[in-house]
Amino acid sequence: MAEEPLIVARGLVKRFGEFTAVDGIDVSVERGEAFGFLGPNGAGKSSTMRMISCVSPPTAGELRILGMDPVRDGVAIRGRLGVCPQLGNLDTDLSVFENLTTYARYFGLSRAEARRRATELLEFVQLADRAKGKVEPLSGGMKQRLTIARALVNDPEIVLLDEPTTGLDPQARHLLWERLYQLKRQGVTLVLTTHYMDEAEQLCDRLVVMDGGRIVAEGSPRELIDRYSTPEVVELRFAGGAEVAVKLDGVGERVDALPDRVLVYARDGDAAVAEVHRRGLSPSSVLVRRSTLEDVFLHLTGRTLVD
Amino acid sequence: MMTVMAAGRALRRNLPGGVSAGRVGAVLNRNVGALRSGPAYWLVLLSGFFEPLLYLLSIGVGVGALVGTVPVGGRPVDYAVFVAPAMLAVSAMSGALAETTFNVFFKFKYAKTYDAVLATPVRPVEIALGELMWALVRCLFYTVLFLVVMVVLGLTSVGGALAAFPATALVGVAFGATGMAISTFLRGWQDFDLLTTGQFTLFLFSGTFSPVQDYPVVFEVIVTLTPLYHAVELVRGLAVGPVGWTLLVHAAYLVVMAVAGLWVAARRIGKLLLV
Repeated sequence: MAEEPLIVARGLVKRFGEFTAVDGIDVSVERGEAFGFLGPNGAGKSSTMRMISCVSPPTAGELRILGMDPVRDGVAIRGRLGVCPQLGNLDTDLSVFENLTTYARYFGLSRAEARRRATELLEFVQLADRAKGKVEPLSGGMKQRLTIARALVNDPEIVLLDEPTTGLDPQARHLLWERLYQLKRQGVTLVLTTHYMDEAEQLCDRLVVMDGGRIVAEGSPRELIDRYSTPEVVELRFAGGAEVAVKLDGVGERVDALPDRVLVYARDGDAAVAEVHRRGLSPSSVLVRRSTLEDVFLHLTGRTLVD
Repeated sequence: MMTVMAAGRALRRNLPGGVSAGRVGAVLNRNVGALRSGPAYWLVLLSGFFEPLLYLLSIGVGVGALVGTVPVGGRPVDYAVFVAPAMLAVSAMSGALAETTFNVFFKFKYAKTYDAVLATPVRPVEIALGELMWALVRCLFYTVLFLVVMVVLGLTSVGGALAAFPATALVGVAFGATGMAISTFLRGWQDFDLLTTGQFTLFLFSGTFSPVQDYPVVFEVIVTLTPLYHAVELVRGLAVGPVGWTLLVHAAYLVVMAVAGLWVAARRIGKLLLV
């Protein structure tokens, strides 16, 4: 018999007064998966994550984590989760090392075990040399790695990461992705939210696209791209603005005019560019690229993701 | 520090209501760790101890030389003997309050310490209990030193000091719990002015510097309803006398304060952070 998914949500709703943050979503996450919630700010990703973290009771619908009810069995579930919140809440009164040992004690680890885990995890997130130092002088990327180490202190079965790389520079992001990939290889189930397409493509086996509290698409990054976009996209910029878009009708399979550029979705990008020139149009810049989740999102919601 | 560790060991059992002593101890443990973070906390700790001591010396001993004696339970005692237990009760109150108002408020509202803690198996009531125990540690640190000073200055007997000591713990828990409940309602630092004013008013008019019987009847009745009055009467009764059944009434008042404060604080932490 197949194992029950680690996370199951059916018609899950979260309301704050009149405002509906999560509007009836169905999700299931299997053991060992890396699952993503993708969407712009305000899509309901963080509210969903908080419900899964058992720190926010659902308003309606069904939610089961590790086969248990988050409201009734919150203590037992939280003991098996690792949570990496979006807003940094490391303890600035404690050293880097103590941030981990102190946290370990909340999970009931012994003093010795806490120290052993802390040493091991600081090694894992490459902060061993900062163990005795304070939290405040750490860079954004280091703080985020420390927060991830903290989330791993109880050897969790599911690690929840809310926008793990927001605000980090490219190098810090890549280091973090690499560590998360290591975790995934160790069989840890990852659930993350992001509004970065490349992050979702890099890390997620499967993801849902959220917009306005609802799920608008679901699948692997590849499936979503295949289903909602074309293999290639041509980005055209025109000196006179995007009004020329009408003249592009019929080039490629679909044309999207954005304020600063025009996107042409095509099976063959080079052929589309040739057609543009044949129509006597002279764009100031031309870029042929592979389709990404960004295009999927644009297609599904009519909006760009990061503004 | 030994007290903390002993308390931690004693607590590794389960308490009623599904409260885990280990998790309460872990919340307490966090504050022990923070002690090592630098001298800032120690300075705050020390200044908190000296304040009631300075009042004792300036008013109790200094002004006391002009006042002579006051009657306590029908027996005339030196003014300093009358004031000292009140300052002891005040130091218990301020020690606990400082911890559960300023420090808890900061962790609650700005440092987001409790948001991080609540993502673990620790529950709001366990946070409240852990913080309250830490406030008690600080309170007892003050009152032990203060009692030593009182004995050395001949303001109470060793027996009186030993009897008053557990009462100061009750005072600390009662004010600590109430302060924690109040700090969950504070909107920002500006509200601390109100709190400080309230605390200072209690400090001046709770039978601290003159017997409440000397107040006009209306004020006497009002004062007997306020908490520091009961703390002062309880501590004074045990340290100086007379010991009587009325002390149980004062103790009961403080127990109710402690339980109600803790209940409100735990509920509010849950209500505001688990949304």
